[in-house]
Amino acid sequence: MTTMRIRAKKFLKTIAGKILPILTILVLLTVVWYFFTIYLNSAMQIDKYDKQGISWNISKLVLDTMSQERPKLPAPHQIAEEIWETTVEKKITSKRSLIYHSSITLSSTIVGFILGTVLGVVLAVSIVENRAMESSLMPWIIASQTIPILAIAPMIIVVLNSLGFSGLLPKALISTYLSFFPIVVGMVKGLRSPDIILVDLMKTYNSTKVDIFFKLRLPASVPFLFTSMKVAIAISLVGAIVGELPTGAVAGLGARLLTGSYYGQTIQIWSALIMASILAATLVFSIQAIGYLVSKKMGYSNEEA
Amino acid sequence: MTDKIISAKNVELKFGKGSEEVVALKNISLEVGAGEFVSFIGPSGCGKTTFLRTVAALENPTSGQILVNGVSPDEARTNRAYGYVFQSAGLYPWRNISKNVSLPLEIMNYSREEISKRVSESLNLVELNGFEKKFPWQLSGGMQQRASIARALSFDADLLLMDEPFGALDEIVRDHLNEQLLDLWQKTGKTICFVTHSIPEAVFLSTKIVVMSPRPGRIVDVIESPFPSSRSLEIRDSKEFISISQRVREGLRSGYDHNENKG
Repeated sequence: MTTMRIRAKKFLKTIAGKILPILTILVLLTVVWYFFTIYLNSAMQIDKYDKQGISWNISKLVLDTMSQERPKLPAPHQIAEEIWETTVEKKITSKRSLIYHSSITLSSTIVGFILGTVLGVVLAVSIVENRAMESSLMPWIIASQTIPILAIAPMIIVVLNSLGFSGLLPKALISTYLSFFPIVVGMVKGLRSPDIILVDLMKTYNSTKVDIFFKLRLPASVPFLFTSMKVAIAISLVGAIVGELPTGAVAGLGARLLTGSYYGQTIQIWSALIMASILAATLVFSIQAIGYLVSKKMGYSNEEA
Repeated sequence: MTDKIISAKNVELKFGKGSEEVVALKNISLEVGAGEFVSFIGPSGCGKTTFLRTVAALENPTSGQILVNGVSPDEARTNRAYGYVFQSAGLYPWRNISKNVSLPLEIMNYSREEISKRVSESLNLVELNGFEKKFPWQLSGGMQQRASIARALSFDADLLLMDEPFGALDEIVRDHLNEQLLDLWQKTGKTICFVTHSIPEAVFLSTKIVVMSPRPGRIVDVIESPFPSSRSLEIRDSKEFISISQRVREGLRSGYDHNENKG
């Protein structure tokens, strides 16, 4: 009973230790944000007063800058309101539900991330196990990441569309294109991480390359894999959103951004952006949590996990 | 021939080419009989570790011949003729102690029952029973090194190659492990090749001390120890012990050119 209580206390303490610093920054950001909301929106507001001949004072101005319909910069509470309306109050099936749009983007993010991880691992293994592969593949892998994704995304979508692929897959492939890279880099590093004496040790057992791979290189690479997966899943989300932009997609967070900018709906744009970052944070945190549990299960100490 | 576990004739090993060439071993001829405890001592770069690696077929001699159990080191490795203990314990952090000890057995395809029997036997020999489920980071340095010795013993090779296994440990732990190692050697009757920097360690443990010298790596003296195989730490205060230590030190000094050695 007491150990339970001590554990609960410890847990709360770590949570407080981790959450408090984040909250402090959040408060700071919000204050700065409000300042800029008032500053950026006031010119237009004053213009409006002048045109309509309304007399005004500072406090009226401040309040009005925070409740414009199409502000240059919406106030945080306007975005929060919009997010509340489009997530909680709207039905999930509604075309205006942010949850609906998020789930569209999320599904191509996940598919792209999984494909990217598999591709990245396969490439990393072939690079580590075969010198020729390293010298032939590595330059291309690096070159692939120098191409701006915004330029190549429409091409990928157009080509795939003409091949008969539309919907989720082309978007997912753009996520794959971005996310395989950190996986390759991390996995190559991880597969090569075992100390030379550990490899020598395996040799003294007269073990095969397969043994060395499965009993030494692969388990040693697991912590590296999870570190890269954290980067890869965040970048997958970016890929999915970018993939939604040039297609004139009707659904997805990218589509929300696009339609928002067509109609000058800044509140809609910002709420889609905030939603995207909440999604990214959740995804990264989930990978981190899974990685932690796996490392623990494997027997790594706290510092290594 | 049969009781010669290691026999080396004019073994030479060079690393690099041209002006970068380093002669790691030159003209090494040596025989190690069954059941011997042979220490290799010398300053860094004298080739003691390289020689051990050559015996283990981790390095190939440039010329000369080396036989392990009467066959080439490569073949001896295929026969799983030796266990190797490195300077650092080299335990896998994702395997608990019993899983670490069972690693070579898994690779050698032992049956499940055989593995668990051999793991507990080996852990018994190094007095680590009770720690099967612990992970390496939960053990002290000395215990980790004992686990790595258990791992080398698990498949019951007759030859144990040890490369400064206690070099990173403090003196008290080292003394204790030296005694344990002697005990283990007597119990199992294995042949042990032991690389060390420490004169007292070499003299205390060995039946034969091979003194080596760098540039090029060569043997300068081979000393047969007069001590019985059963010995205790007290012998370190005896006259013989001190005179052998002196002879080792002289051997080390004779092969040591101060002008040539810049560190």
